[in-house]
Amino acid sequence: MSKRKPYTREMKADWWRKDSFFTMYIIREGSSLVIALYCFMLIAGLFSLTQGQSSFETWLGFISHPITIVFQVLTLVWTLYHSYTWFQLAPKAANLWMGEKRVPDSWIVNAMYAALAGCSALGLIILFL
Amino acid sequence: MAEIMKMSILRYRPETDEKPVWQSYDVPYNHETSILDALGYIKDELDPTLSYRWSCRMAICGSCGMMVNGQPKLGCKAFLRDYAGGELKLEALANFPIERDLVVDMSDFIAKLESIKPYIITQEPRSLDDGCTTQTPKQMEQYKQFSMCINCGLCYAACPQYGLDNKFTGPAALALIHRYNNDTRDQGKAERMKFINEEAGVWGCTFVGNCSVVCPKGVDPAAAIQLGKVESAKDYVIQMFKPGE
Ligand code: SF4
Ligand code: FES
Repeated sequence: MSKRKPYTREMKADWWRKDSFFTMYIIREGSSLVIALYCFMLIAGLFSLTQGQSSFETWLGFISHPITIVFQVLTLVWTLYHSYTWFQLAPKAANLWMGEKRVPDSWIVNAMYAALAGCSALGLIILFL
Repeated sequence: MAEIMKMSILRYRPETDEKPVWQSYDVPYNHETSILDALGYIKDELDPTLSYRWSCRMAICGSCGMMVNGQPKLGCKAFLRDYAGGELKLEALANFPIERDLVVDMSDFIAKLESIKPYIITQEPRSLDDGCTTQTPKQMEQYKQFSMCINCGLCYAACPQYGLDNKFTGPAALALIHRYNNDTRDQGKAERMKFINEEAGVWGCTFVGNCSVVCPKGVDPAAAIQLGKVESAKDYVIQMFKPGE
């Protein structure tokens, strides 16, 4: 008779706290929660715009409340962190060549930062024009 | 042989143990002692009942994977000197069922490797008269690092997606698909696309990235999988425009 009795170790709900690499991964992915909430906030703003001026002003009051401002700053910082991690990983998702040589990873990462700076500048120009 | 290292090993003897238990050994070591050497010392001098796997002791057979202080490592490629002043905790490779002590049951991993058609597929059989196939350095660069895999399973032990749901095809098998799909000698890509496209294929990956960190052979499975996602997305669009399918 077989003496085999393979033992399966369960993964507990806090598996990501056991290893700093996994903790950083969960922090990276966690940004999607605040970004989703932030998007709902913006959609609510759009909706209130269709409901007339007083409704929109209530929304303006809501987003300039100190607690909401803290939330927006948190969203910004968390999103920037996510962007940083994504830019670091981006070369893995690209197989770019120039003739017989692979495009260096640093070029891809720098191009991502340049694109971010370009888009942000464009946003600011549109805002203040 | 001056220093002594305290090594705790997670033991599991299926005929007597309900669940794994820790057991400690004091092992003398010097600058050259690998973890595999230390296990050999325990087996020869202290406790012949300890079970572990090894063969080549030079990071090429892929047998000696285990968790060393929580990180997947090859026992023959990790050295006690790097853990000096601390304690060593050895455990069977994570995310696989423990068969006995440091030995795991890898059959699921092996079945996955076999399932993805990991060999060169040609549509037209070639004869010796056709001469040798040439590849440029650039063509070879497309798949070479992915062909260095020794099937040790460390990347599966490092992958929480595989740990949470072992239906996921996993890093090494997906990297192996990439290896063959990107070899100019191969014509089997169409047959392998289904393994990439399915839920358990590349889309089961959330880009944790730990597989590439732990690989002892410098393979970058995370890169292969992300490139697989690009291929899969392209394939999806192409299928949409194919008439009559
Ligand atoms: S990809 Fe690396 S870690 Fe994964 S099985 Fe192959 S050699 Fe081991
Ligand atoms: S004994 Fe062969 S890889 Fe370690």
